[in-house]
Amino acid sequence: MGAQLRVYKRRIRSVTATKKITKAMEMIAASRVVKAQRKVAASTPYATELTRAVTAVGTGSNTKHPLTTQAETVVRSAVLLLTSDRGLAGAFNSNAIKAAEQLTARLEAEGKQVDTYIVGRRGLAHYNFRERKVAESWSGFTDEPTYADAKTVAAPLIEAIEKDTADGGVDEIHIVFTEFVSMMTQTALDDRLLPLSLDEVAKEAKPAGEILPLYDFEPSAEDVLDALLPRYVESRVYNALLQSAASKHAATRRAMKSATDNAGELIETLSRLANAARQAEITQEISEIVGGSAALADATAGSDR
Amino acid sequence: MAAELHVALVAADREVWSGEATLVVARTTSGDIGVMPGHQPLLGVLESGPVTIRTSEGGTVVAAVHGGFISFADNKLSLLAETAELSDEIDVQREERELERAQAEGDAIAERRADVRLRAAATR
Repeated sequence: MGAQLRVYKRRIRSVTATKKITKAMEMIAASRVVKAQRKVAASTPYATELTRAVTAVGTGSNTKHPLTTQAETVVRSAVLLLTSDRGLAGAFNSNAIKAAEQLTARLEAEGKQVDTYIVGRRGLAHYNFRERKVAESWSGFTDEPTYADAKTVAAPLIEAIEKDTADGGVDEIHIVFTEFVSMMTQTALDDRLLPLSLDEVAKEAKPAGEILPLYDFEPSAEDVLDALLPRYVESRVYNALLQSAASKHAATRRAMKSATDNAGELIETLSRLANAARQAEITQEISEIVGGSAALADATAGSDR
Repeated sequence: MAAELHVALVAADREVWSGEATLVVARTTSGDIGVMPGHQPLLGVLESGPVTIRTSEGGTVVAAVHGGFISFADNKLSLLAETAELSDEIDVQREERELERAQAEGDAIAERRADVRLRAAATR
């Protein structure tokens, strides 16, 4: 076998192996997207009911709570960035990081200090490499987040907002995550978690002109709100984590699908080249044989004479 | 037809039970509260404890609920809990072990959880 042909054969073998791997990863990601979507759907009833309850307390009583009132001057804000632990997901992580950086720049332009909280090794690596300060970070659960994970993430945020800014607390919490729109579309977006703008929450909770009843609060509106808001934050963080996970798997699926397609194309081109090389080799051999035998025939014909 | 209320018992990651009921008894921070159809709109904070739902078919559903909220309006009752289990989902032996372990380690929260689960399981 000619050297050229051998090189092509070797490359085809290696690309085929890569293709098998990317195909497997594509299929794993596809099954995980479905699972993650199901989890998003399963967490929806809780989130809707909770949002309804928050709206009910927020609009139905005149309670003033630190978590719903806007500070007059915002000194510090917290930004929670949700990324994934692993890459191979196209632009998934870089989009989320970019969104977080835009948000940070915007907040800093408004004269606020920004504390960054990060979920996922990718985001953390990005910040560490640039030697930026990270208030706190978590990793290891981004593929399949549980409610307990959401609680651990939300706890320091709730603690920070309850503290005075003079003691290192924050006035507002923003969250940057990747919204799962569909299998094909996922968008990185930022959202303000706290303080709550009740009008927006209310808009989400009731579709068209539904009037919320006057609730009886047990034990009191303040206590209910006190208990509700941390749960609300947790459920929002949980939802964001689940959506990010679903988006990550969808992005992986897409990235792996195009990798598989590319590998297929590469194999095709390489096999064409290998075929041409083989054919060239055969042609050359034939012409050598023909040439040789012709030379021989000429020689014998000459001696005969 | 007897008056009914629609009950949805939801945990953070799933819907545990939903259906029609005639009476729901739950424990709020200020004491047990019973909700029947036509109750005044209500929003309360739940203690961890068993919740009893009398279904319209005459059966009883008991669930262990750990913290959360009860909200009632328009004959729709929602019980929101971070974690909730129906009594027949509870593994009694496991919870007994858990209770012993919690008592030994002085883990008050885990002890309370196990205790609530056991009490809910005892009613079935």
